[in-house]
Amino acid sequence: MSVAGINVLVEETRALAAGKAPAKTLLAVRGVSTYYGSVAALRDVDLDVTEGEIVTLIGANGAGKSTLMMTIFGAPQAREGTITYDGRDITRLPTHEIARLAIAQSPEGRRVFPRMSVHENLQMGAALHDRRYFAQDLERVCALFPRLKERLTQRAGTMSGGEQQMLAIARALMSRPRLLLLDEPSLGLAPLVVKGIFDAVRDLNRRDGMTIFLVEQNAYHALKLAHRGYVLVNGRITMSGTGRALLADPAIKAAYLEGGHGAPVEV
Amino acid sequence: MAAATRGADGLTGILKDAAIYALGAFALCVPVVSFRTDAGATGGLELTPRWVLVAGLCAAIFLARLAQRLVLMRRDARRALRPSRSQATEAVSGTPNAGQRVSMLALWLFIGVALTLPVVAALASGSLGEGRYWIDLGILILTYVMLGWGLNIVVGLAGLLDLGYVAFYAVGAYSYALLSTTFGLSFWICLPLAGLFAALWGMLLGFPVLRLRGDYLAIVTLAFGEIIRLVLINWVDVTGGGAGISSIPRATFFGIPFTAGEDGFAARFGLTFDSMHRVVFLYYLILALALITNVVTLRLRRLPIGRAWEALREDEIACRSLGINTTTTKLTAFALGAAFGGFAGSFFAVRQGFISPESFNFLESAIILAIVVLGGMGSQVGVAIAAVAMVGGPEMLRNLGFLKSIFGQGFDPNEYRLLLFGLAMVAMMVWRPRGLISERTPSVALGERRAISGAHVSEGHG
Ligand SMILES: Nc1ncnc2c1ncn2[C@@H]1O[C@H](COP(=O)(O)OP(=O)(O)OP(=O)(O)O)[C@@H](O)[C@H]1O
Ligand SMILES: [Mg+2]
Repeated sequence: MSVAGINVLVEETRALAAGKAPAKTLLAVRGVSTYYGSVAALRDVDLDVTEGEIVTLIGANGAGKSTLMMTIFGAPQAREGTITYDGRDITRLPTHEIARLAIAQSPEGRRVFPRMSVHENLQMGAALHDRRYFAQDLERVCALFPRLKERLTQRAGTMSGGEQQMLAIARALMSRPRLLLLDEPSLGLAPLVVKGIFDAVRDLNRRDGMTIFLVEQNAYHALKLAHRGYVLVNGRITMSGTGRALLADPAIKAAYLEGGHGAPVEV
Repeated sequence: MAAATRGADGLTGILKDAAIYALGAFALCVPVVSFRTDAGATGGLELTPRWVLVAGLCAAIFLARLAQRLVLMRRDARRALRPSRSQATEAVSGTPNAGQRVSMLALWLFIGVALTLPVVAALASGSLGEGRYWIDLGILILTYVMLGWGLNIVVGLAGLLDLGYVAFYAVGAYSYALLSTTFGLSFWICLPLAGLFAALWGMLLGFPVLRLRGDYLAIVTLAFGEIIRLVLINWVDVTGGGAGISSIPRATFFGIPFTAGEDGFAARFGLTFDSMHRVVFLYYLILALALITNVVTLRLRRLPIGRAWEALREDEIACRSLGINTTTTKLTAFALGAAFGGFAGSFFAVRQGFISPESFNFLESAIILAIVVLGGMGSQVGVAIAAVAMVGGPEMLRNLGFLKSIFGQGFDPNEYRLLLFGLAMVAMMVWRPRGLISERTPSVALGERRAISGAHVSEGHG
């Protein structure tokens, strides 16, 4: 943990030394605890996402990753602590109002609207948006996921899992978010598709400057992609640092990289 | 080859299967049908055996099962021989499929028949008066079509199971009845008011049930419907209690009464007085109300609010995280559905001239809901067809006199209404579990859709 902490410091000092102004913190989670009934799912979580970054959160099943993601979105709300977005306290805001602050989410389990067509799903994603931008945004997400382009009139529920995942991400993108939250976008997908999705995420970040918060089981890919990462264990953040530093950390290697779900898959 | 062998040993198998069904039917018939009990002269029970009837029923079931199996076998064989030509992984085209075209056609057919019904009825039976039965039946069916379309907003589009819809029908009816008898307001002023009151009650119901879904929502709405009915029965000072409200003012032609006098409708328009004018007017009134309901629903489906309803039905959590305020979305669905129920209610009151809580019991809610479910949740055409079948169907039973020659003189088809109703339900759920028209038409306009698929489909593949 200390190693990782030092790493962050080193990076920041380096940035300062290079004369770059430190980028602004877009999302700040401070001392957040979330409960389901009387059971704590998150305990005293601190987390920052800086503008223009890809930040990943890794952790075992049931660690509380999705809970953190949903807490940022206000359902369930944090019982303790504060969540600030772009300088504004959003801890007690209802979900739909948070969504209006240019935060978009591709939730766990995709949650596309199954009886609606792909096109209508994308329209729902742009529901808050000026309709003028729709054609342009549609073009953009279709370029990102050409597969969707062919299937605009298909019912979303009849698409394959991977296609639905693409749709969930594309739908989130339709609102032109500043901050994009992705919950396990690689779940259940073939390695080639995973690579496609991760490439798309990288593109969004590098080319469009979108800030991305990525929850992943696929620790190897996620850490390789992300600028920084956090590790969640039993509802607590136990480690954080640059993606590279975390990848090299022996504890992480043992827990999340060797064998099992997060094993590196070269494609 | 496989199909051939299956066909050969299939035939005996099918016969055996049908025989087993007939045997099952026989076993059921023995205790239920085979003896008729009558109170004898001595006061004891007399048993009349009815073995012919039992044999007839068993034979019917045997043949029905046989026919079903044979049809299924041929269909399977056909499918096995002819593989589907299009591959699932191919791109999907934007043109409407056969199902959607058929349902468009059906909608226009329905509107055409509905518009011309009074004329056709009059011509077919000689005069307007003779055709009254058909026009009255038309009014009844259209009332249910309208109620079905109204409830369709809540259940079909927004996915909120409402078992107490009749409450809003009652609110509308009592609004008109009370406003017109107490304050002497005319129907045309009361109609929007009735809709407004019903919408308010819809919101009132909406608030406590915002967090509920599925079974729990159904139970609360069911209770709500009962509460309204019980209030109507017990608040005697205002509602007249179980005796109801009578001598409700009749409908006027936008202020001109349908009377024989100088100022009457007939005199003003230079017609000879006919009491049927009022009935025909009522017919077109409910037709207009129903069509308005339909047009409003179809238009709303394309607007953000209609989309939001459908998205709500599909996935509430996803809805919220896309920035949709689910609270207002639900409340508008309840309010709008209720408003249409209220309109239909005030129409009911003006048509009957008398209302009582009797007319607003749970069975009504159940019938309206059955119309929506049978129609295929969310399909406007399906609801119209289902209303015709559910309301018109039982009426047809009256005309099945020939059945008496089969089942004996004592047979009254009307007594079997509920049985047939149940059978129809079971059959529907077996063969078309998603309703008559289960195909959901995308709300995106066709032109727009084609333009988009044209622009994208041709470029790259995956
Ligand atoms: N709605 C809920 N009610 C009660 N407990 C819940 C609820 N949702 C999650 N939990 C519990 O909270 C804990 C964290 O769940 P969460 O879904 O956040 O895990 P996760 O890290 O996303 O796991 P996975 O990698 O499997 O998706 C788990 O122990 C889970 O059982
Ligand atoms: Mg999760």
